[in-house]
Amino acid sequence: MATIKVENITKIFGNRPKEALEMLKEGISKDEILEKTRNTVGVNNASFEIAEGETFVIMGLSGSGKSTLIRCMNRLIEPTSGEVWVGEDNITKMKPEELRNFRRHKQAMVFQKFALFPHKTVAENVSFGLEIQGLGEEERMEKALEALDLVGLKGYANQKPGQLSGGMQQRVGLARCLAVDPEILFMDEAFSALDPLIRKDMQDELLALQSKMNKTIVFITHDLDEALKLGDRVAIMKDGIIEQIDAPEDILRNPKTEYVARFVEDVDLSKVLTAEGVMVKAKAVARPKDGPRMVLRKMREAGISGIFMVSRDDELIGYINADNAKKAVEADQKDVENILERDLVTTSPDKTLNELFELMATASIPVAVVDENNKFKGLIIRGSLLSGLVKEEYSHDDE
Amino acid sequence: MMTSSILNPLDFIPQIPIGNWVDGFIQSLRGLIGPITRIISAFLSGMMGLMSDVLILIPPFLLILIISAIAWKLASQRVAAFSFLGLSLIYNIGLWEESIITITMILVAVFISLLIGLPTGILSTRYELVHKIVWPILDFMQTMPAFVYLIPAIFFFRLGVVSAMIATVVFSVPPVIRLTGLGIRLVPEDMIEAATAFGTTDWQKLTKVQLPLAMPTIMAGVNQCIMLALSMVVIAAMIGAGGLGAVVLRGIQRVDLGLGFEGGVSVVILAIILDRITQRSKDANE
Repeated sequence: MATIKVENITKIFGNRPKEALEMLKEGISKDEILEKTRNTVGVNNASFEIAEGETFVIMGLSGSGKSTLIRCMNRLIEPTSGEVWVGEDNITKMKPEELRNFRRHKQAMVFQKFALFPHKTVAENVSFGLEIQGLGEEERMEKALEALDLVGLKGYANQKPGQLSGGMQQRVGLARCLAVDPEILFMDEAFSALDPLIRKDMQDELLALQSKMNKTIVFITHDLDEALKLGDRVAIMKDGIIEQIDAPEDILRNPKTEYVARFVEDVDLSKVLTAEGVMVKAKAVARPKDGPRMVLRKMREAGISGIFMVSRDDELIGYINADNAKKAVEADQKDVENILERDLVTTSPDKTLNELFELMATASIPVAVVDENNKFKGLIIRGSLLSGLVKEEYSHDDE
Repeated sequence: MMTSSILNPLDFIPQIPIGNWVDGFIQSLRGLIGPITRIISAFLSGMMGLMSDVLILIPPFLLILIISAIAWKLASQRVAAFSFLGLSLIYNIGLWEESIITITMILVAVFISLLIGLPTGILSTRYELVHKIVWPILDFMQTMPAFVYLIPAIFFFRLGVVSAMIATVVFSVPPVIRLTGLGIRLVPEDMIEAATAFGTTDWQKLTKVQLPLAMPTIMAGVNQCIMLALSMVVIAAMIGAGGLGAVVLRGIQRVDLGLGFEGGVSVVILAIILDRITQRSKDANE
């Protein structure tokens, strides 16, 4: 339903947008257009699709056009050209009445400076969207309190926003959006005005909320760490142009342009890369029916000194060391039961390298990566951990 | 003589009859809108008469208590105490009825000023054209000496309370328009954007966000409006407005310092009460 499709959105600020648009199409640069027409190119031909339930982060420095782009998506700013689709609805073609309905029911927006109404109480602020929808007083308050409960501020319903700290105010801003239960959540630098520690809390809370609610989130930020932490995919913008759209890891490991490469240079990879990103596929696995000889042969063929045993459904069972397998063969044992180590160190795919370092320090065998159903995904050896930290040089190809 | 004329070429230009033109314009206008002015006149004097009759009917002591209670509610204990003592003094020196007339005139004039001023102020923020037309007129209205308004008012509405009322409205409406416009313009852009993002109509935006947030500034305009109305109501005694202004005017005509002072003090008392009540309710909104 709520897939968002942005097609060739361009926004030009100034009084000669048509002229500037033509120049832009001819490939004339933003600076030259500014000089000749005094018009500013805010967003230049942005296109992307956001899946339902995805957290899509648009990252860029100030002046990169990210705030303009997000506002084009709910037409707080009219795009000069291009189209925005939400599901089957063409947002850019909507009449005022339809647009109001879209804004009331399908989406909500969190703002950098909170933009809470100082003359209303916290509860009244949270119920604002519902009031605009035309809900009755009682239902409004009920839903507002529910939303406040979600962000942990139920006890503050009757205070004025001015009495709350920045972090709490933004929770109110978030609750104001959640109260209308929108399909899409637009978040414009929502955490940028907060202290680093509180910002981190809010990020964690958003992730926790999102895992429960599964909304489509469009998140704007100028903070790369935040982008990488929150985003399922990240779009990096510069001068109104989207430079790259990729999953956080791909952005880090394969920056497509020089700009992105310079940007991600200083990122502490160990905080961003996950077990899934650095694990290697097992060259061979043992099956429960395999005897010691079979196991040993598999190891020899793959050139490894140990092997994980997994069930038919890929569930992790245990680990067999080559030395032990050899001894079992020499002792002419029929099965591997007494050489199978079942007590293993494992990790989930989304653990960051930072957390893995500790695991690796204590583990004597490779660490197995298993998902929540104990399915074997791959393994992490010390070598893969280190090579994960070395970024591949970006290759500049203009395709 | 000759030399002075040569040195001053402006003397060769015949005098431009601005006065005659305005005269003629007003005269012809009077014929055109005569019926309208009669309706306005009847409406205003009816309203005034009714209101002052009601206020006069209330026993003075009860009215003093009511006003003091309002002062307590909207402002503070001190203002309430001052209102009680001040109004009692006015009653004591025998200017109660005159004060009631003055208060009535102020209330009606302020009511009409708000009726005209609030929508005009709001419209000026919506349409740049309204702003461009209204603002120079306001500048003109505010710099023109107050007495001048009395003359056309007499022309259209004859000597008396109604003319005084019209002149008072013209004099006191500018701050309402200006500060309403200013207050709405001062509402932070991000509030408006947030309201828009939630799908508000223009009317919802105005009533739920802009007006409440502009209220402190608008109340400052109302406060100024009341003060200006009070000062004009006194001046308007010259065209037969009655009330405390008439007392002051009598004092001037008879060179009766005592009488003039009593009238003046009463005006000051009313001014302080009205000012404090409206100012404090402005603060409370912030």
